[in-house]
This record gives sequence, structure tokens and C-alpha cells, in this order.
Amino acid sequence: MVLALASVVALILLSIFVVIFFESRESISRYGLNFLITSAWNPVTDEYGAFTAIYGTLLTSFASLLIAVPLGVGTAIFITEDFVNKKIRNFISVMVELLAAIPSVVLGLWAIFILEPFLRPIFQLIHKFLGWIPFFSTSPIGPGIAPAIIILVVMILPIITSISKDSLNQVPQRLRQASYGIGATRWTTIFNVIIPAAISGITGGVLLALGRAMGETMAVTMIIGNSNSFSWSIFSPGYTISAMLANQFGEADGTQVSSLMYAALILMILSLLVNIFAQWAVKKLSLKY
Amino acid sequence: MLHNKDKIKNNQSTNNCISFENVSIKYGNSVAIRNVFCDIPRSNVTSFIGPSGCGKSTALRAINRMNDLIDGCQLLGRVFFEGIDLYSVDIDPVEVRRKIGMVFQQPNPFPKSIYENIAFGARINGYKGNMDDLVESSLRKAAVWEECKDKLNESGYSLSGGQQQRLCIARTIAIQPEVILMDEPCSALDPISTLKIEETIHELKKNFTIIIVTHNMQQALRVSDYTAFYNAESTQESNSGKVGYLVEFDKTNKIFNSPKQQATQDYISGKFG
Amino acid sequence: MGCKETKSKVLDMYNNHSLIVNPNSKRNLLEKIFTLLSIICAIVAIIPLMLVISFVLIKGGSYISLDLLILEPEPPGDDLLSAGGIGPAIVGTLIMSLIAAIISIPIGVGGGIFLSEFSKNGNFAKFIRFGTNVLAGVPSIIAGVFIYAIIVSTKIIFGSMFSAIAGGMALSILMLPTIIKTTDEGLKLVPDDLRKGALGVGASKFTMITNITLPIAFRSISTGVVLGIARAAGETAPLIFTALFSRYYITGLEDLFYEMSSLSVLIYNFALEPYEAQNQLAWSASFVLIIILLGMNILSRWITSSTTEKNF
Ligand SMILES: Nc1ncnc2c1ncn2[C@@H]1O[C@H](COP(=O)(O)OP(=O)(O)OP(=O)(O)O)[C@@H](O)[C@H]1O
Ligand SMILES: [Mg+2]
Repeated sequence: MVLALASVVALILLSIFVVIFFESRESISRYGLNFLITSAWNPVTDEYGAFTAIYGTLLTSFASLLIAVPLGVGTAIFITEDFVNKKIRNFISVMVELLAAIPSVVLGLWAIFILEPFLRPIFQLIHKFLGWIPFFSTSPIGPGIAPAIIILVVMILPIITSISKDSLNQVPQRLRQASYGIGATRWTTIFNVIIPAAISGITGGVLLALGRAMGETMAVTMIIGNSNSFSWSIFSPGYTISAMLANQFGEADGTQVSSLMYAALILMILSLLVNIFAQWAVKKLSLKY
Repeated sequence: MLHNKDKIKNNQSTNNCISFENVSIKYGNSVAIRNVFCDIPRSNVTSFIGPSGCGKSTALRAINRMNDLIDGCQLLGRVFFEGIDLYSVDIDPVEVRRKIGMVFQQPNPFPKSIYENIAFGARINGYKGNMDDLVESSLRKAAVWEECKDKLNESGYSLSGGQQQRLCIARTIAIQPEVILMDEPCSALDPISTLKIEETIHELKKNFTIIIVTHNMQQALRVSDYTAFYNAESTQESNSGKVGYLVEFDKTNKIFNSPKQQATQDYISGKFG
Repeated sequence: MGCKETKSKVLDMYNNHSLIVNPNSKRNLLEKIFTLLSIICAIVAIIPLMLVISFVLIKGGSYISLDLLILEPEPPGDDLLSAGGIGPAIVGTLIMSLIAAIISIPIGVGGGIFLSEFSKNGNFAKFIRFGTNVLAGVPSIIAGVFIYAIIVSTKIIFGSMFSAIAGGMALSILMLPTIIKTTDEGLKLVPDDLRKGALGVGASKFTMITNITLPIAFRSISTGVVLGIARAAGETAPLIFTALFSRYYITGLEDLFYEMSSLSVLIYNFALEPYEAQNQLAWSASFVLIIILLGMNILSRWITSSTTEKNF
């Protein structure tokens, strides 16, 4: 009986794939791989391509990772080292974990009304001085990719911090002693001994966060601007696959549903790859000690 | 009187490498050792013996300020190294540990290759010579070269426990400290590995001052020139269990053949501990 | 001292510093910089939480009133005074979380029992564990898409389309991995001696599990369940095209087969309205939702900490 219950997991996973694949086959046979590299999204002429959304998904998730990894690992180091007394460190640790409990729709609300208006002048400055770089080439006018990246940072920071913290804590004290014992400083020890010993766990956490960032829907949908016209610039409105699904699924029919399913399939495959890669990397990177 | 002592301490002609001057160490509110006075001579092997929990490790860690890593550990009194007070405010504990290396009870190689285990310490200490030579000579001095020479790029954890411990000794030698502290370096090893490490210690004595904690009285007798016997006793003022103190410090053969204290006699003859 | 002379040659190859601390050495400066960076990271990391919480408390909390908690929301418009309330959404969130819990607790606990009691390290168990991890990583919107495809668009449940049932099912997919994992891990912590003891005195495996291992692992399982429900209650993406939204209270069981509102979808819908009155409702709903979720989080922490007190 319990075996049957356990199999439910496999069954759900499998049927998600089968159903989504089945629903998207019309679009797959019609557009093939062209779907991945064109940006048209026109229900009237029935032309669909998910390039903008795929670009948005990859750009927002990797860019947020770029910011959140140093921030999260730095925070985890702060929590596990003894710069300040334990009470303060525990407080920070609990605060960061509570951040994970805030629903993404609330963060989205906050992003629309507080964060984006606050960031806009900063973005404008960046655009003014670095506008010649394609990524900053449009003037920030409101919702767009950049605030979506920032809100994703807020969302994945707790994952990276708490998993890094756990991995750092698991590094045995005797390795730290060994390093201090030969005259290493605190940060030499952290960079050369502690982090390498914890790297498999940290990598696992980072990849988990990447998967989360790719699939994150609500906060991004609310702040990214939901536009399917392609632009390199992070200050222009954009799309992610999940935002596209959230936005259009309710009112879609015909080929559009099938195309959305195709996009969902891509998202599913992306997050599956990240997930499998994460489990593989954790095994591969773990050192014996 | 303190004045007088200071003068002697600063006089380089004395043969003392490490001096404890009225050292007491507390973990939080519980006192681990109290009022230790002890002058440890240079270029000799000194062993710390005594029953479990009497504060040998605590005293040893005080010498290279490893106790700094323990939350709530506090030292009163002074520890001198070549006439310098190691606990004065302007001392850099990192430099102290570069001059006073340590080998721990459990072998603790880094999760790196054997080569890197040795090169890492030398590199952070600013070693500028030929690294291959240093790795080889350190491993040779620690009597583990034969076992390691064909697998320098394998993890330090691919060695046996005894070999790992000698790798840790080699790692310590490679930073060229003046003093090497060893906390029960053989407690996790078989008799043959133990013997090898004792031979290593004999070799090292020529260049380093060595202080070794051991539970094995025969080992203390075999390797050390001087012996410090620590004991623990319950006192009224500390309600938190026993407090360690130094009973007797002398040449090893004196301690073992004609100890001045009854407690020492009882301990070495196996009456307690 | 003789040996010192030969040694000095070797020592020449090292940077030979004095023991006196030099606060301006490159090494000590770098140490300070990195320490400072790490402190900055920690401060930056807690700023978002502080800001989000304070804005929700101020903007959301200031309008909380009994009316707001029980009234039905009015159609969007610019009338601040009669925007209505969020009552149906609170009830909807509770109902759909409950449906999700009813579906996923038996499956999740059962699956967890299978993993740790019946097939500890078999290939099939490994496969299921892997599957659980993958399922945990499936984006929540995909759960919505999936339920939409098999339930909503097929009208398979008594011909109803968007419904509370469909919403609850989508949420249950998200709860399931959390519950399986905590059950599995909770049971793993039960010492094997107890199991052997029970089996040794002739208890059947079923008795052993229901009388010995489950009660011991009960607290960690409940932690998992609470966390799972908390996650589900805060989710929006799986609901926006399964349960959709409704402005009315449920009046009877048959309403489970129709659209139902939830706090999270209400926040989403009303945040995007151009009217201040609806935006305000979204903030108030956020306040209520966060209070519920933080409460559950504290509850789970409390369960965990009282476990550790007991065991050690
Ligand atoms: N990190 C610590 N925190 C608190 N108390 C400690 C710590 N380390 C040691 N102690 C206490 O200090 C006393 C001396 O401990 P220490 O480890 O120095 O003894 P030891 O002589 O080395 O014993 P052994 O021979 O068993 O290694 C003990 O009572 C111990 O409980
Ligand atoms: Mg000891």
C-alpha cells in the first residue's frame, strides 16, 4: 500500500511531462525548434516564438544569481564565524529564513509600489552613464527586467544563505584548527579550507536557487512589464516563461494554448536539467575529510 | 619580585624557550588550570603527563594561542616565548602560530592533495624557495616520504591514520616553526606507527623545541628530556568540578625515578589516572 | 645555539615577521576588508525583510478592521470607503489549503514511510527520493498548468471548470515533496534498536510502525506538514487559472466546484488594478497573509524546538 503511495510521486512527475508534452505537440510540430529563436507572439496571425521569454528567464535567473551568491555566501560566513556574539548572528539567521516565508505575491506587491519607484532614479543614472552598453541602452520607465532581477535576488537569497550556512557549519572544527595551527589567518582559512570543504553543499544550494529563480512566477510577473518585444536592455519591459504562462493562460485558446504548453515544457526541461545537475554536482564535488 | 623575573626572562642567555608565569585558564566560569609556573627549555623534548581532564591540552593550546578559537576561554597570567609576552595586546596571534606549530590528537590533513597539504602552509608563510624540495625534505623529516612519494597528487585522506599523522607533522615542519606542540599525536595510532613518530620526534629535537602531551608514560620516558606532571583536584572555590594544576616539573628521569611529590609517585606507578 | 646558525639559512626563505601585530600590513588590511564585506552582506541581506515587513505592517495594518476582515470585496472602483473586505479570500485560502492537506498528507506520510521503513536504500527508493527532489524543484506555475490541462479544461469533475477542488489539487502537488521528505527524515532519526525491539517481541511490522516509529517521529512530521501548508497558503501561481477568483463567500459544499478566491490571488488581481481602493485591499490582504504564514513558521519552529528538548 505504502509502495503505491510512494509511486504517486513518480506518477505525478511522469504525468506532468506526458500531459504537457501531449498538449504542446501541435505547436511543436508546427514551429519546431524555430519556436526557441523567434520572438513573434501574435494570436491573430497565429505566429508564436518564445525567444523573448527564454531570454528573460535565463537573463533574470543568472543575473540574480550573480548578485545573490556573493551576498548569500557572505552572509552565511558572517553567521558561522564569530565576528559578533551569537545572539546577533542567530537573529540575522532567523531573519533571513523568515524572508523565505514571505509569499512571492507580497514581494511583487512591494516591488510594484515601493521597490521599483525607489530604484528608478538609480537605474536612470546607470542608463545615463553606461547607456552605450546594450544591457543598459533603454531608459527605465517603470516595470522591467532590472527590478525583476532585484526581486529575484530577494527571493533566492534565503535559499543560498541557509544552505551555505548549513554546509559551512558541517565543516569539522579540526580542519579549522589545522589551518590556524600552521599560521593561516581567518580569511585564508575561510577561502582555502572552509569553503572548499563546504563547496559541494554550497553549489547544491546555488543550483537549487537557480532552479527557483527560473520558475519563480508571481513577483516577476508583477514587475517585469510583460512585453514580448525583444530588447537586450534590462531596463526595458520583458517576459519570462512563467510570467507568460501566468499572464496568458486564462484567456488563451487553440494554438496559443498549445504554444504556451510548449513554453511550459521548455521551462520544465530547464528546471529538470538544473535539478539533475545539482544532484550530480553535489556528489561530484564533495571532498572526503 | 616581578621586576626581577622580567629581567631574567628578557635575558637571552637563559635556556628557556617557553615560560608560564602564574597562568590560570578559564572556560566561561569554570577554571581548567590554575597558577602554573613552568620554564620549558629550548631544543629539548618536554612532555606533559597527567590524568584525563587535568588541563594538559588546555595548557598546550595556551602556548600558540589556539585557545583564542574557543568561545569564552580566558587566560590570566603570562606566557613568554623567547622573552616576549604572548598575550600582550600588541601580539599578532597569527605570527605566534607561525613560530609555534601544532600537531593535533586526531590526524587532520586538509582535504587537498598530499603535496598541497605541505605547500599550503609554506606558501601562506611566504616561503620563496623551491616548493618540490621543501615538500620532499619535510616528508622525509617526518619519516613518511617513502609512503607518499608515488602519490603526491592524491588526497591526504588516502593515507592510513599513522601516515596522516606524520603528514601533519611534515606540514608543521614545513612552516619552519621554532616550537612544535603535539597533543597526544599517537593516541589514534598502532604501536608501529607510534614508534615511527617517536623516531621522528628524536630527529626533530635537533632543530625544534618540542612539547608533547601523552597518556603513555613509557612514551614520555622514551622521547622526552623534561616532564611536567599535571593533576586535578576539587577545590572549594570552584563548584564546577576539578581544577588542574602543575604538580611537578623536572628532568624526565628525575620525575620517573625520584619524584618529589607523592602524587607524582602514585601516578607513575599506576595508582590512579 | 649551534643548530640555530644552520637554521637561519633556511629561515631566510620565509617572510620572517616579528610577533608584534602590524595593523597596516597587507595581510591585516585584507582581513579587515573581508570582515567588513561579510558584515555588509549580512546587513544588506536583512534589509529586504525589514522593509517588506514594515511596509506591509504600516500600509496593510493601518486599514485592518473587523469590516475588512469579514466583508466581501466590492467591484473595482475608486471608492476608498466602500471597497469592501477580504473575508471570502481568507476563507478561500483556508479551504484550499485544507483540501491540499487532505490530499497530500496521506500520500506524503505514506510515501515517507515507504522510503524509510520498507525500502531504505533499494533502487526504487533511490528513484523515488530523486523524484521527490525533482518534484520539489518543479516551478509552481507548472503545477497550475498541469491541473488546468487535466482537470479544468477537461471538466472531468462533475463538469465544473475552475474550482476550489482544482486549486486545492494544484497546491497539493507543491505540498507533497515537503511532507515526504520530512516524514522520511523524521523516521530515519528513530533508532533502529526500537524497531528491532518491537519486532523482537512479536509485533507485526504494521503495529511496529503505528505504535513505535510514527509516534516518535510525529513531531518532525508535523513540522513538515505545517511548513507544507504554509508554503501552499502563500502560493499564487497554481491558483490563477485553476481556482481563479470570486467575490463571494462560499455558501455550501457545492460551491467547492466553482471559482474560489484566495488571499494570494486577491493580492495579485488587486495590485494590478488602477484604483487606490483595490491596491489598499491588496496591502491589507498581504498583512493578513503574512501574519498567517509567520504564525505557521513560528509554530513549526516551536514544534521542532520542543522535540530537541525532549530528545537530548
Ligand atoms: N572547549 C572547551 N570548553 C569548555 N570546557 C573545556 C573545553 N576544553 C576543555 N574544557 C575543560 O577543561 C578541562 C581540561 O580539559 P583538557 O582538554 O585541557 O584536559 P586534558 O588534560 O587534555 O584531558 P585529556 O587527557 O582527556 O585530553 C576539562 O575539565 C574540560 O572539561
Ligand atoms: Mg587533551
